[in-house]
Amino acid sequence: MAVFEAVLELADDHLVLGHRISEWCGHAPMLEEDLAMPNMALDLIGTARTLYAHAGALEGQGRGEDELAYLRGEREYRNCLLVERPNEDFAHTMLRSLYFAAFMRPYWLAVLAQSVDEVLRGVAGKAEKEMAYHIRHAGEWVVRLGDGTEESAARMLAAVEALHLYTEELFESSAVAAVAEADGVLPPRAQMRAPWQAVIAEVFEQALLAVPQGGPVLRGGRQGLHGEGLGHMLAEMQVLHRAHPGARW
Amino acid sequence: MAVLALQEARAWAAAAAVPDPEVPCVTVADLGILRWVRLQDGVAVAGVSPTYSGCPAVLAIELAIDAALREAGFEPRIERLLSPPWTTDWITQEGREKLRAYGIAPPVAGGGKASLFQVAEVACPRCGSGDTERLSEFGSTACKAQYRCCACREPFDYFKCI
Repeated sequence: MAVFEAVLELADDHLVLGHRISEWCGHAPMLEEDLAMPNMALDLIGTARTLYAHAGALEGQGRGEDELAYLRGEREYRNCLLVERPNEDFAHTMLRSLYFAAFMRPYWLAVLAQSVDEVLRGVAGKAEKEMAYHIRHAGEWVVRLGDGTEESAARMLAAVEALHLYTEELFESSAVAAVAEADGVLPPRAQMRAPWQAVIAEVFEQALLAVPQGGPVLRGGRQGLHGEGLGHMLAEMQVLHRAHPGARW
Repeated sequence: MAVLALQEARAWAAAAAVPDPEVPCVTVADLGILRWVRLQDGVAVAGVSPTYSGCPAVLAIELAIDAALREAGFEPRIERLLSPPWTTDWITQEGREKLRAYGIAPPVAGGGKASLFQVAEVACPRCGSGDTERLSEFGSTACKAQYRCCACREPFDYFKCI
């Protein structure tokens, strides 16, 4: 049961961030980015689908990806707070993606190398490569905006101030994740700190940004304690399935 | 035994001829998406490896292979293979040539291992010049990036390495 919940945490991270990024579809500032955003959202949602299906199989109660994604309320969602933060502007959106992908890349590499779970190793083999280019894409934007105009630099700085306090939660293992880690299913989250810091330091240096040190920390997503925005997001995401139970494309 | 091998070859040929829905100049076999076709208890089982986690063409590809096998007189079943993960290294030489002829630069080998901001040098599929620049990491489909040739000035798609 703990392993099911730990995989669900991972799936929720991917679905929530994927949905957030998909909100840019049709609104991005240029055509190239309007294509890029749904592409990256699809990577995350595709990964989430496999993780939900796997979580459902681990649970063994007959719940599939649709039940897990569409029929749980916000208090039942276990995503970290970072991924549910609203898009705001491109600075916030890109920094959020950079923070997440810089964590997930070494995480998936560790899953690939160490996990006893064959399905997760399969997911990791694909997702690791996708996270590499999410880092590249988001990193390039952080550099462009940070080392850009007065306006873009100010926005980038505001994004760093707004999002930094959500990064610590990435490295914390919940009680259920700790069980999955002890079982060799998932790698210890704290291990990703060094590779994450290395990527952030490299990008921030080029972006002329200082890496914040210390400061307050916000957490609670793994216990189902979310910001106001997640409920609104889920309402929009789930309305069709809830209005037409079992609806299929 | 010989009959089984012959039947398997026939099933493979039917499935392998299915074009990719998003890049119809190449087949699913050219791309290395179709891994194998095996006859098991009268059922033609096709092993299919998705390209990207969220590739929207996955279902379309599976349905097309299913239909092609059915049309060739087989009872089909599709097996989705996650591991080992699909890589652009599996695109056949013939597939690469077809992509180039179609105006899509084929993936540069080993480019998936590029470091943070490093971009592989991509040759223009029209004039062959290496003097090209990337316009966007993301193109019309998840698997392609947009490039421009600085020599002949033509924009083109590049099939990204993963």
